[in-house]
Amino acid sequence: MANTNRPLSPHLQVYRPQITSILSITHRITGVALTGGAVLFSYWIMAATYGPEAFARAQAVFGSWFGQLVLWGMVFSLFFHLGNGIRHLGWDIGWGYELDKLRTSGWLTVVFAVAMTVLTLVVAYAAAGG
Amino acid sequence: MVELTLPANSRPTEGKSFPAEAGASNVKTFKVYRYDPDSGDNPRIDSFEVDLDKCGPMVLDALIKIKNEVDSTLTFRRSCREGVCGSCAFNIDGANTLACTKPISEISGDVKIYPLPHMPVIKDLVPDLNGPYAQYRAIEPWLQADTPAPNRERLQSRDDRAKLDGLWECILCFCCQTSCPSYWWNGDRYMGPAILLQAYRWIADSRDEATGKRLDSLNDGFRLFRCHTIMNCTNTCPKSLNPGQAIGKIKEAVFQRL
Repeated sequence: MANTNRPLSPHLQVYRPQITSILSITHRITGVALTGGAVLFSYWIMAATYGPEAFARAQAVFGSWFGQLVLWGMVFSLFFHLGNGIRHLGWDIGWGYELDKLRTSGWLTVVFAVAMTVLTLVVAYAAAGG
Repeated sequence: MVELTLPANSRPTEGKSFPAEAGASNVKTFKVYRYDPDSGDNPRIDSFEVDLDKCGPMVLDALIKIKNEVDSTLTFRRSCREGVCGSCAFNIDGANTLACTKPISEISGDVKIYPLPHMPVIKDLVPDLNGPYAQYRAIEPWLQADTPAPNRERLQSRDDRAKLDGLWECILCFCCQTSCPSYWWNGDRYMGPAILLQAYRWIADSRDEATGKRLDSLNDGFRLFRCHTIMNCTNTCPKSLNPGQAIGKIKEAVFQRL
């Protein structure tokens, strides 16, 4: 007798976050974010072609605290997706599947993404004059 | 399909508590997933306090002690108790592994034991594994050759034999299979890490002559290419094998013959 009402065992609810899966889903999320960012970038470029008022409006949007937050999210997404993308290229040529290399390359990606984001932040605000 | 939450009939409720016997000094709490198919109730989480001074070192020892001394209805699969049969695979302390080779001392706090994730539960810690077994059947896991069978074994060089190391050791416990989020969301069409490692075991075998057919069958957006190199599989394998790498090698074989 088949019990058709069998419960589904817990999955995300009980599985401890793994460095492997967390980086994988972050790769997916940053990829989606960068696609959204490309739309924002297009808006900025196109605003410039529409004239000074439209461009000033775009500048105001990106210059607001929320706009800047989004931009910093984009910067992090870019560096994370770049770093993890290189991991993926490694796997594509058969390199880096071993557990120790997986963990090392994974944490390197995190450190790279955070460090480059902070570095960009420092350089950008210094160039903008504080 | 991605469903982040459990269906209404699958959400565990708080279950019964079984305190340790009086005088126990070295007590550890085991929180165990229970499901009784006859009651129609939702699954529940029972708490068992176990005196570790009177218990063997492994998580399986505690489960057997509970079944023998506290609640004989506790249901789980086990057989060899030494990591070669693959029966006692559960989600223990948040990751999939074999209860018989997982020391209790490695776990801080309560020991949480659930069935293998995202599977239909038959009873307590026993999941329905018909899906993965059907997928195993689908990869035709036996030696296939057109050349006539010799009068003795089919010979293989030492180097060719070495290519099977890290593959033949798989005990089909499905720890990796059910650790894979991609398998959670697409387990009806994606083969999953355990089955793909088995598939590669035959692709890599110098005596097998059906490599082309095997690759044809796997070269599919779902069966093989739902692997996104998440690598939870390799991270969790209790036999320290590398299903993720085996899948990578199948993908490589598919591309190399293009």
